[in-house]
Formats: sequence, structure tokens, C-alpha cells
Amino acid sequence: MNQKLNLFFQGARDIIPLLVAAAPFGVVYGALAQANGLSVFATLGMSLFVFAGSSQFVAATLIGAGAAVPIIILTVFVVNLRHMLYAVSLMPIVSKIPQKLRALMGFLLTDEAYATLSSRLVHEPKFPNFHIYYLGAGFGMYATWQCCTILGIILGQEIPDLTKWGLDIAMVVAFVGIVVPILKNKAQWACAITAFFAALVTHSWPHQSGLLISSLVAIAVGVLLSKNKNEAGDHE
Amino acid sequence: MNEWLLIIGMMVVTFLPRYIPIALADRFRIHPLLRQALEFVPIAVLTGIISQASLIHDGEFHLAFDNAYLYGLVAAFITAWFTKHTFKTVAVGLIAYSIAFVLI
Repeated sequence: MNQKLNLFFQGARDIIPLLVAAAPFGVVYGALAQANGLSVFATLGMSLFVFAGSSQFVAATLIGAGAAVPIIILTVFVVNLRHMLYAVSLMPIVSKIPQKLRALMGFLLTDEAYATLSSRLVHEPKFPNFHIYYLGAGFGMYATWQCCTILGIILGQEIPDLTKWGLDIAMVVAFVGIVVPILKNKAQWACAITAFFAALVTHSWPHQSGLLISSLVAIAVGVLLSKNKNEAGDHE
Repeated sequence: MNEWLLIIGMMVVTFLPRYIPIALADRFRIHPLLRQALEFVPIAVLTGIISQASLIHDGEFHLAFDNAYLYGLVAAFITAWFTKHTFKTVAVGLIAYSIAFVLI
């Protein structure tokens, strides 16, 4: 039991660098949602029940632009598809975990929790009770996100200009800190470079579909370039 | 607009993509090619977010010396390259951005 509790706190500890990066993002969300006309309870309710940073940002922006509810929901769905790809990548390792815990794992699946677990699995592929570690990371993120939303609601009322400071730089540098250390071979570099430029070219595509499509193209580039080196099964 | 209807709708389209693959993990097996593709997902998605968030502002392409994000991005990249350390990368990137933001 103690060992599991220990693992839980290890996960919560290992996600801290990413929490530092995500915190300003949560504060800005709280301020932005308020500024765009969402009520205090709905601003916090979105963090409590939806719990997805970029989706909440997109929703807050669209609310400000006066978009209809179905459009916002559809856009959020597209933005979230990358989480589905994260979840698929967890499939091979979750089959022995009880279904209730899996639902909790799904709810807590964020870029931050996924990145924390991934970097641990790189060092320890047969990591026992990895889900406890993951849940620790997930709850660390959840608690931080709620606190930051509340802080953002308060600060947004005090400093109306807060959203102009460009605090989403925190997300940019955090993602650089995650991606650059995992770039090890040509295929991974090609994937990253493709994604970088394709996302710029497609940025004005409707409903943020540019991000989704450029990601798919970049993944295809990565797979094509790594195919030759890859093991068994390929007979020509 | 009904805020709570929006929240329930967002909750559904956020939770289901995160949960369904985990829920059905024991009933399906993943094709090796798909698994290989998945290894590129974080690189592809996160890099796309990085480039859009730092170089697109208010829907416009913004590659110029007065873009403070550019300094944060370059400083973070160099730090990540040499240290392979997420926390140092965040710290150096934020400091570089703040200096550029104040000076510009």
C-alpha cells in the first residue's frame, strides 16, 4: 500500500516542471473566459468537468466571437483528437487495469500527464503499477488547473489587460522542453520539422483543422522515413 | 447561450476520445504500423502547437524581430538541445521572453 502511495506521489512530483509551465495557461484561461462573457461558475465548471486546456481556450475564444454552441462543441472535438491518439498509444499497457480506473485515467489524460508517463516509460518500459504513477501526475495537474482557474478569475477582475501579456509563451517553451529531448533520429526530426512548417501553412484552415491535418502529414513523414530501418515482417 | 449545455457537450467530446481507446484496450489489437505511427504523435502535435502559438498572432503570420515569442522559442530550443532538461528549458525560455517583452 505504502509503495503505491509512494508511486502516486512520485507521479505528482515528476509532473511539477510541466505544472509550472501550465499554470500561467490556466490563469489566462480563467481571465479570458471571464472577459469573453462566461459566468464565474461556468468558467470554473469548465475546468472541473471538461479539464482540457487548449479546448477550454478555444471555447473561450469562440464564445467571445459569438459562436453557437454546436460550432464550439465541434471545434473542441477536433482539437481533442490528439488525446485520442495518446489514448490509443496507452492501449497495449492498460489491459489489466480495472475499468473504473481506466475511466479515471481517460478523464485525467492531458498533454502533461501523458508526457510525464511517456518519459518514465522510456527509461522503464516494464514499469509495474504505472497507472498509480500516472494518476498521481494526473491529479497533480487537475488540482493545479482548478487553482489556476480560480486565480485567473480573480486576477481577470483586478487586471483587465492580463490577457494581452501573451502568457501562452509558457505552453510554447514547455512543449519545446518535451519535444526536443525526444528527437533522436532522422525520422523524428523530419516529423518535427514537417509539423512546424505545415502548421504555419495551414493555420487559417477552419476550426483549427490545420493543426490536425499538419499533424497527420508529419506523422506520415515520420513513418515513411523510419520504415526501412524497421524490423521483421517486411518482405519485398 | 446555455453555458451548462455547452459544458456538458464539451465534456462528452473531450472525455470520449480520451477514454474509448483505453476502455476497449483488451478487445482490439493494434496494427504494428499504427503503433509506429503513434510514436510520432506527440512530436507532430506538440510541434504544430509550438509553431502556431509562437508565430501566428491574431490570425496573422508574425515572423519579425519585434515578436517576443521568437526569442523565447529560440532560447528554449537551444537550452533543450544542450541540457535535455524540461524545467531548465521552461525557465530560460520564460526569462528570454520576459526580457524581450519588456524591451520591445
